[in-house]
Amino acid sequence: MKYLEEFRDEQQVKKLLDEIHKIVTREWHIMEICGGQTHSLVKNGILNLLPGNIIMIHGPGCPVCVTPIGMIDRAVELALKKDVILCSFGDMVRVPGSEMSLLKAKAMGADVRIVYSPLDALKIAADHSDREVVFFAVGFETTAPANALSVVQAKKADIHNYSILTSHVLVPPAMEAILSDEETRIHGFLAAGHVCTIMGSEEYEPISNKYKVPIIITGFEPVDLLHGIKSCVRQLEKGTYLLDNQYKRVVKHEGNKEAKSIIYEIFEIGDREWRGIGMIPSSGYQVRKEYSAFDAMRKFAIKVAEGKENPECMAGQVLKGLKKPHECPLFGNICTPSNPQGAPMVSSEGSCAAYYHFGYESVQKN
Amino acid sequence: MCLAIPGKVISIEPGSHEIFRIGVVSFDGINRQVNLAMVPEVKVNDYVLVHVGVAIQTLDEEEAMKTLEYLKEINELNEELGPELEQEERDQEDDVS
Repeated sequence: MKYLEEFRDEQQVKKLLDEIHKIVTREWHIMEICGGQTHSLVKNGILNLLPGNIIMIHGPGCPVCVTPIGMIDRAVELALKKDVILCSFGDMVRVPGSEMSLLKAKAMGADVRIVYSPLDALKIAADHSDREVVFFAVGFETTAPANALSVVQAKKADIHNYSILTSHVLVPPAMEAILSDEETRIHGFLAAGHVCTIMGSEEYEPISNKYKVPIIITGFEPVDLLHGIKSCVRQLEKGTYLLDNQYKRVVKHEGNKEAKSIIYEIFEIGDREWRGIGMIPSSGYQVRKEYSAFDAMRKFAIKVAEGKENPECMAGQVLKGLKKPHECPLFGNICTPSNPQGAPMVSSEGSCAAYYHFGYESVQKN
Repeated sequence: MCLAIPGKVISIEPGSHEIFRIGVVSFDGINRQVNLAMVPEVKVNDYVLVHVGVAIQTLDEEEAMKTLEYLKEINELNEELGPELEQEERDQEDDVS
């Protein structure tokens, strides 16, 4: 497919790898924020081809992974109501809550439907005016415009049996939380390309200046990832800490203005709890008061309680890059994709699931 | 979750309001209806980046070509000049990026 194949070119991958091997002189820890990038690095075997002294740390950029267990419990509670159709992205329905997952609720008779787009959930609402349709709106900045658009469309089309249960998270505050943590040792970042497609590159310059870390806006294909890693290593070797956009084909300095204006029409920034990390101030979106009628939290007077976690699960440390998935005692024995104990094992973009599916032996040098 | 893939716009329907504007996008021959509200400038034959049924950006083909050509040039330079001139080449590359 055009604009994908070119960035998967084997010869180009080899050449970029050669260059990285030539320029690196010491150990560097580089965090890729986005779960999609983690998935691509592991799936394409890149971790195993990098020099041993480039340590890739897998960041918290998997929205399914960082959605608090208490939110999943509330989604299950809503799904079990007789008049509710609960719509969700596929990954989310398998995440275990304190008592059960949405999939288990479905097995018990709840009307849980997997949709590809929030706009599909809105269509279900239009087709079932006698039912309440709730869309479980999770995601980073990439997904926020589509989720917000579904509410804008619902209002415009007078569809009042539609609401969203929001658990939206933002990348820059999470990066700051990680960089402020004394335990972390991260020298440079690959910023999440599609988050930047929406928000632009301008949010990241203050972070690279404040914490003196190079930040490279990077795409998802093997050539993109290696191009990003090479740029990061070059800066680290030279001692510079600049923001560098290596994904200019879809990332503009200002991002996508239309998408941002739709986000701000519906959402405002608020504090948000991240599973495994805890509360991060101003790190999420919540529905504005003017759109309360479309906010499932207000519509159904939902209160989020603390969920029960498996105390042995190391998901929190994995999400902060302090532990590798296979260092967790549950990994691969008690905790597997068919019986996940923590969220990074559930989503295919979670680092635990990526290590499990593609063979952690091949990446354990990291 | 933040997966987004490029596809080619085949047709555009105006829709009753700009927020409902949709088009058909081809992903290597597989066609899907996509919301185009966030790419108001998009034309038929443009490439768009699609995430959960919504086009989130028009792909800048010129920038895509620039990146590919830049990578190609660096390779050719490496081959022509050999390893001893790498530092110089790297400095040139820094000017470009």
